[in-house]
Amino acid sequence: MKQFLTFVKKEFLHVLRDKKTLLILFGMPVVQILIFGFALTNEVKNSQIVVVDYAKDIASQEIITKIEASRYFEIRKSLAGSKELEAAFRTGEIKMAVIFPEGFNNQLLHQNKAQIQVLADASDPNNATTLTNYVSSIINDYQTELNQENPLPLQIKPEVKMLYNPQLKGAPNFVPGVMALVLMLVCVMMTAIAIVKEKETGTMEILLVSPFKPLMVILSKAVPYLLLSMVNVISILLLSVFVLDLPIEGNIFLLFAESTLFIITCLTLGIFISVKTDSQQTAMLISLLGMLLPTLLFSGFMFPIENMPLPLQWFSNVVPSKWYYIIVKGIMIKGLGFSYVWKETLILFGITIFLLIISLKSFKIRLS
Amino acid sequence: MESVVVKNITKTYGKEKKAAVNDVSFSVNKGELFGLIGPDGAGKTSIFRILTTLLLADNGSASIDGLDVVKDFKSIRNTIGYMPGKFSLYQDLTVEENLNFFATLFETTIQENYDLIKDIYIQIEPFKTRRAGKLSGGMKQKLALCCALIHKPNVLFLDEPTTGVDPVSRKEFWEMLQKLKKQDITIIVSTPYMDEANLCDRIALIQDGKILSIDSPKNIIQNYPDVLFAVKAANMYELLKALAEYPNRLMSYAFGEFAHFSFKENPNKADLLQFLETKGIKNIEIKEAAVTIEDSFIKLLS
Repeated sequence: MKQFLTFVKKEFLHVLRDKKTLLILFGMPVVQILIFGFALTNEVKNSQIVVVDYAKDIASQEIITKIEASRYFEIRKSLAGSKELEAAFRTGEIKMAVIFPEGFNNQLLHQNKAQIQVLADASDPNNATTLTNYVSSIINDYQTELNQENPLPLQIKPEVKMLYNPQLKGAPNFVPGVMALVLMLVCVMMTAIAIVKEKETGTMEILLVSPFKPLMVILSKAVPYLLLSMVNVISILLLSVFVLDLPIEGNIFLLFAESTLFIITCLTLGIFISVKTDSQQTAMLISLLGMLLPTLLFSGFMFPIENMPLPLQWFSNVVPSKWYYIIVKGIMIKGLGFSYVWKETLILFGITIFLLIISLKSFKIRLS
Repeated sequence: MESVVVKNITKTYGKEKKAAVNDVSFSVNKGELFGLIGPDGAGKTSIFRILTTLLLADNGSASIDGLDVVKDFKSIRNTIGYMPGKFSLYQDLTVEENLNFFATLFETTIQENYDLIKDIYIQIEPFKTRRAGKLSGGMKQKLALCCALIHKPNVLFLDEPTTGVDPVSRKEFWEMLQKLKKQDITIIVSTPYMDEANLCDRIALIQDGKILSIDSPKNIIQNYPDVLFAVKAANMYELLKALAEYPNRLMSYAFGEFAHFSFKENPNKADLLQFLETKGIKNIEIKEAAVTIEDSFIKLLS
């Protein structure tokens, strides 16, 4: 036991004395959360649009005021002709144009029917759909107001309620994703490098020629990163609660326990990589490419898994971060309890045991 | 009593099965200082790794204090000390932290075996808070020796401990080994430096994975079959060229500021002198030379 503690203490010294490692370890989560929180967001905000008002009557003005009031749009100066409009679309200055024909109000009042032209830049289809939806709903709003005095005889009105995330903020989606990503990167890469480093510098040679058990080498390498990663989980949660205003709906201890399990999964993955490689560079490359991409692609936080071809959907099942992502989303955003995430927990547990066993089996007790 | 026994060890590497160790056998007695002497690539490190249970030999067997290096590798790892050729301590830990770590690893403490390392440790103690990576070459080796000794091993394996170390530190290092020998620790040391061979009790001269000769340095020198001469002249290059053309020549090669030379039969200094003078060599000086290990090695290689 004393051997083990000394070994763990030694690992801590390695980490704490290496400024670069420390920076990656604690800088990366903070930077990623902030980048995803503020810069890389797929929410549509302040899109540049143009309103061309040929009508200039009371109805058009009221609608324009409503559009202006929304936080989704920023109205730029009206352009005169259709040529300028086209040019502005081409250069990407504007994303949408709303055009009111002459006599808009008249048509509305006398023919009970008026038209507004909405042009959207569909080179980014998601964005265009979102923008046109927003405008349509604004126009619908106005229409309902008009009809208040004399409601239509037959009416079906869908009452839409956005559950768990009524304001459709991006944060609830990406915080669990970033947690999966950061823990995956930090734990896998750091442990993989830490063990391979001993091989590369030759210290493994001395460790092997000692009574110390291989299992102990592996465990004592993993313990410091387990503790440091838990600090990371805390800092990510603090950031998301206090900076991104994302409350934790579920049980925080459950969330913490699940995170610990995921960290252990990642650590065993790192150990597995380190057992199989001989240089720090290879270990780093494998952990970066082999972990970062699958986590981004197959955890479901950037691209919905249901839309992928079947083989890829099957593959996503072996990506640990997918299960962790589901768990965190469930607990953090939906406030679910353990009874709803036990299956995912079990899968993570299984992956961990599997990796640990094959790492121990393939740990070399000799050189080469 | 035999401490280390090596029998017909062979080790090959790679697809082409190049033999790094070729049918090597030797044995080392308890408390003996045994040297493996040979140039780089002779197979010294491979032999060390096989004996320290780090590599498996293709053929042959070896035992340490009666324990088989393959079957009983776990027990062997408790009882030997190993200092690899490459500096293999933690560079970012201090001298004291390194020593403490290895002491704990072997389930002992610095205090328990302080006597053993005292003479060596006292020299690096002033720097005990310095990181190992920042030490000079000689001090690094002293620290590595301390770490390899801290658990009072029965057999100590030192793979080229003095390579890249300054002459003064090298001398000190060998003095320490002499002291350790008195503690009844068997020491197997490898070195490419022939001058260090004289400091061993017995040496094995090794080249291309084969042992050429095993004996005490004294016997190896005494068994040198020829009379060896040292020749000096104004122009070394011309001298070596002329010596190579001498009919009664057995061997000639540069050795420091001299050329070492031996006759095929009937050593005749006067005849050699006359021959060299006819070749136009100036300032010729010929004297009998004391045989060194290096001369024996060159003789064995020829």
